[in-house]
Formats: sequence, structure tokens, C-alpha cells
Amino acid sequence: MKFVDEFRDAELGRALSTQILAELEPGRHYKVMEVCGGHTHSIYKYGIDDLLPPNVELVHGPGCPVCVIPMGRVDDGIAVARNEGVIFTCFGDMLRVPGSEYTLLDAKAQGADVRMVYSPLDALRIARENPDREVVFFAIGFETTAPSTALTLKRAKSEGIKNFSCVCNHVTIVPPLRALLESPDLRLDGFIGPGHVCTVVGARPFEFIPADYGRPVVISGFEPLDILQSIQMILRQLRAGRCEVENQYTRVVPHEGNLRALEVMAEVFELRPHFEWRGLGFISQSALKLSSAYQDFDAEARFEVPNVRVADPKACQCGEVLKGVIKPWECKVFGTACTPEHAIGTCMVSPEGACAAYYNFGRFAREREAV
Amino acid sequence: MATGREQRVLQIIETARSKRARFRDKQVTLAHGAGGKATQTLIEGLLVPAFTGGDPERPLAALADAGSVTIEGTRLAMTSDSFVVKPLRFPGGSIGELAVNGTVNDLAMAGAKPLALTVSMILEEGLDAEVLKAEIEAIATAAREAEVEIIGGDTKVVERGAADGMYLCTTGIGAVDSRAQLSTRDIRPGDQILVSGPIGEHGTAIMLARDQFDLDAELESDTCSLWPAADALLQAAGSQLHCMRDATRGGVASVLNELARSSGIAVVVREADVPVSPIVAAAAELLGIDPMYVANEGRLVAFVAPEAAEAALAALREVDGCGQAAAIGEVRTEPPGMVLVQTAFGGRRVMDQLVGDPLPRIC
Repeated sequence: MKFVDEFRDAELGRALSTQILAELEPGRHYKVMEVCGGHTHSIYKYGIDDLLPPNVELVHGPGCPVCVIPMGRVDDGIAVARNEGVIFTCFGDMLRVPGSEYTLLDAKAQGADVRMVYSPLDALRIARENPDREVVFFAIGFETTAPSTALTLKRAKSEGIKNFSCVCNHVTIVPPLRALLESPDLRLDGFIGPGHVCTVVGARPFEFIPADYGRPVVISGFEPLDILQSIQMILRQLRAGRCEVENQYTRVVPHEGNLRALEVMAEVFELRPHFEWRGLGFISQSALKLSSAYQDFDAEARFEVPNVRVADPKACQCGEVLKGVIKPWECKVFGTACTPEHAIGTCMVSPEGACAAYYNFGRFAREREAV
Repeated sequence: MATGREQRVLQIIETARSKRARFRDKQVTLAHGAGGKATQTLIEGLLVPAFTGGDPERPLAALADAGSVTIEGTRLAMTSDSFVVKPLRFPGGSIGELAVNGTVNDLAMAGAKPLALTVSMILEEGLDAEVLKAEIEAIATAAREAEVEIIGGDTKVVERGAADGMYLCTTGIGAVDSRAQLSTRDIRPGDQILVSGPIGEHGTAIMLARDQFDLDAELESDTCSLWPAADALLQAAGSQLHCMRDATRGGVASVLNELARSSGIAVVVREADVPVSPIVAAAAELLGIDPMYVANEGRLVAFVAPEAAEAALAALREVDGCGQAAAIGEVRTEPPGMVLVQTAFGGRRVMDQLVGDPLPRIC
């Protein structure tokens, strides 16, 4: 595939891998966090770990948008989906995320009309085609997906579509990062910045990381060569004693971000005072709700939702795993109360989360270490 | 190296995993029919214990594509399959053609030349007679091409809304070929893994035919009878051919996982050697799906002893429609029960069992 294969060239990968060795200080162990779930997926898919020296460790960050949705919000979604006549739409990977008792897939099996869509615009199309049904879109994601929800709501408003509404769970990436960085026991040397979030918000929102916390950030693309190069750039900064935000993903990310997308978001959304993250607890000003101009489209106002907070079990230590303070198997509930089949924390919900990966492939990972 | 505590945690996980699957779900979901973990739990946790009384020597416990019975010295293979595909017609095939080839292929994978089929139909009230006629014609044509006789069947009609147009169920019988000495127990480290052609075409064609994605591509289902391919492999490798499976629901990845688990072996797949057509690769890239998990209806996976692998592959490539057959990996000992992929980029990953239907990622 043109414009794809070029970024997956194995020979260039090997060359980069060799160059990375030259950036290392002898005896030092490096922990680099990839913030975005998309990066985690690429790292896993291409086996990028194998091209890194053993003393460069990748830590999976909090940027998987479906896994951070707390159980109470999933329960709210299911309650809306169960209303007579509702067509409930959401992205595919949201369907398997557990609420306190059921997933949206379970709700579908029990009779709710739950449909997978690739875009919120598809949900709006369903609303147009079914004027006698209420169509709800369960909006999730960071700044990457928020503009498409905003645009869809703008269109719904201008077309006067009344049978469409949205459960807004959009979150923002900076507050959880700040929460991680605030932690005194943080053991991270640098960050692979979330490329697709940055296409929208630009590089500037991440400048506090080097400025206030002294960690380098490299905004990265999602192909394997992008990621390897970003790691090289982080290590190079560390070796040179530099600490700044660099942009590896210049072919897509403008420094200022996407001003029109930001404009639409500002019109449709406003910050929630606080929002609960699965495994991380409440983080203030970390999520978006619909602005007063778009209240009519708020499904939480249109339908009765339980709005009951379902607490993560106290023993869940996702926060520590994310900070790199403990390994998954050091968590008190790992492998006993918390398993991929009955996941508690965000790190176990996503198949690529650190805990799920360790649960499934720990044996393999150990073997890899031994090699 | 693993510390004591880590070792203990891994041991707990290992013990939990090696326990027999139990069917504990409160209700049936689509995942139970998707060919992944949930399907496996249903089969191993509910059906097998009920039908074998827990005796691993009973025929069903082998969980092969087809079972076999011996009648007066003649070994017969028998299998049954249901078809609920939507839409009924898709580029390259239709439900009628699938119903014949699906069952024929299950027999072929047991090393049996398909002889006869029965066809049962469940029809929805209001089904257009032209649609029915077209499918009957498709069944007749596919049976002719596969040289298999239709010898019986059944028809039921259910109320409008109680079925989706038409469902088909076929049962097939075949004589196990004298050259066939297939047993998953004979899979050995070093065995080479062959596929009979580019993967993922049927599932991708169906996904695109559902018109959900506004994607147009000239792609046809791979549905065909696999007996000619099985015949060629049996001829070229004989007893060195250890196992064949058609990679239907859950794709090549699910077949490999199933065999790795049941035979206690490791499988290593070389991603760069897996044949995937550019259209399937592009669709998978756009939709966020791995072709290794996408269904095929005319592709087999074969395990062949290393000394016979070259001849088997050459013979396979001579078969009509198998010109792009390839050796994609091999059997190893460690880590048992796992399927590893050597990625084209030069790394490794685990290719796990599917949990439910493949769901696209949002990012």
C-alpha cells in the first residue's frame, strides 16, 4: 500500500534500532510512556519492543479512550439503550467494556437496539432515516474524536433533527497527564506524544511537561518507523540534556493544531468540573459536556439515567501501574479479582492495557527477557 | 528473571487457564457464534461434557471438522453445518453455494472424499420465490461441481420476522481416503504450515457487501470445494500430512490457536509470507481489522512434516485456484499453546484467540 508500506520498512527499522543504541548512557534504564492507546496498539502489532534494547522500557499510558470510561457511565449508556424505541449507537470497541453488571453487547442480546457506527455522522444518518425513533450516540474519545461529535451536533442543529441526542463522555488528555506527573513517585523519563490528539490541539498544550516537570515529549506518528524515530528523539534529548516538545509527526501535526476543529469544539462543548476515570479516580476539568447552546441534544437530560457512581474496588492499582511504580503482577487484585474476563481497572479492560497484556502473554514476555 | 512473587502469579494464571472451560454465561450473545473464546467455552464447557460424559476417548472429544464412524471396515466421515449469512447473495457466491462447499470442505479436511449431502431449509414467510429458486440452482450447481449427490432434505417455513430470509443446514457423508492418516496428535515440532491461497477474501467480501462502509472494491468470496486441494496434499505427502483445517469463522488465527492449544505446541507465523491480496489488505487497514482473523470459505491450513513440505506445497500450487499457496510458518515446542507472529517489521507478537466478533478500534 502506497504511503503506508514506506513507514513499515523492516530494513530502515533495523537501522534505526542500531542508531538507538548509540543514544544510550551505559548502565541507565529508560522508561518512556506512550500516552496514546493507538501507539500501544502499533507497538504491540509490529512487535516494536523487540527492536529496542532491553534497558529501554515502554510504559503504556492512560490514552485508551474506551478503557478509561468508568462502570457508572457504561451503566448510564445501557439504561438509555434500554428505553423503548431507542436506537443506541457507539464505536465498536466500546461494546465490550464492562459496566457494573453488563456490557453494551449484553444489553443488545437482551433486546436493546445497539448498533456499531464508524462515525457520529452515521448515527445522525440513522436518525434521519428513522424519524419515529430516538437515536442516541454514545460519544467517547479524546480531542481526536471530539471534533467529529461537535460537527455532527452542529449539523443536527442546523438541519433541525429532533430525534438525535448524545451521551457525552469526551475527555481531554492534558489533565490525566498532569495528574500522573504530579505524583512524587513517578518513574518516567519521557513521553511519546499523542499524534492524533495533536493534529487537533497542536503541540503547545504539552509544553508544560518539559517546562514544569522536566521530561521531554516527542509527538509521534503511528507507523512503526514513526515510533522508533520518536524514541530515538527522546533518548537524544536526554543524552544532550535537552528537554522540549519536538514534533516527529510533521507530515500531519501543525504546531498550532487545527484551529477550525478547536473553534467547533469551543462552540459545542464546555469543560465538566470533574470526571471520573476508570482506575484513576476523579480528575478535575478532564472531560467535556455539551454547552448550553446544545443542551437539547444532551441524552442525559432527555432520558432518565441512574447516574450512580460505581466505585472501582479500592485494591485496584491502575494508577501505580500507569506511573510505572509497580508492575502489573504487583497489584493486589491482579490475576485474582481482576482478570480479562472480569476486568476492574483500565489496564485490564483493553486487550492492550499493561495488565491484560501481561495476563495473556506474561509467560511469553519472560521468555523474551531471557533471550 | 522472574522473582518468586511473579512466578507465583504466573502459576495462578496458568492453573486458572488449564482448568476445563465452563459455560457460565447468563445468555447467548453473538460472541458464542463468532468462533472465538466464547464459542470454545460453549463447545468445551457445555456440549462436549454432555455428549461424551467427560471421556476424552469418545470421537467427539477430538473436536475435528468432521467425525468418523467405521462400518464393516469402511471408515466414513460425517459432518453437519448451518448457514445464516447476510446478505444471501454476495460477490463471488451465495448462501446456497456456501451450504454445499462448507460441508464438503469439513469432510475434505477429515481426508474424506465427499459423497452425499442432505439439505434442510428454514424459510421465512414472504421470501421471494425468485430468491428461493436462485439458491436452489446455486445448491445444484455447487453440488455438481463438487461431485457430490444431494440425497435428501427438509423444508420448514417460519413466520415473518422469525428468520432472516432463509437459513440452510447441510449434512454430509464421505469415505475416508486410504492415504489419509490425519491426527492432531501427530503434529510435531518442525512441521511446516501451509495455506492454500490468499486469506480473508470471503469475510471481507461479505463485510463490503453489507454496504455499511461506503467502500467499493472488486473483491469476490473465495468459496470453493477444497477436495481437489486435499486430494493433492494427500497424494504428495501421504502420512506426512498431519492435519488439515478449513479456516472459516475466526480465520487462520483461530485455527492455529485451536491446534496450538489442543496439541500443546507453539506455532510461529512469518507475517511477511502470509498471502493477502492488496484489496483485502487495504480494506483491513481502513477498517482496523486483522486479515488473519477474517473468515475464509475456500482456504485450508495444512500441517506437513518438514521433509514432505516442499512437495506438498508444489502439489498444492498445481491445484486450480491455489496458485498462491504458501508456507507461512512452523511448529515449535515453546511456549506451548501459543501462536507467535514474526512481524514483517522485524518484531514479534502473540496472535491470541478472538474474544468475540472482530470489532474495529476507534483509534
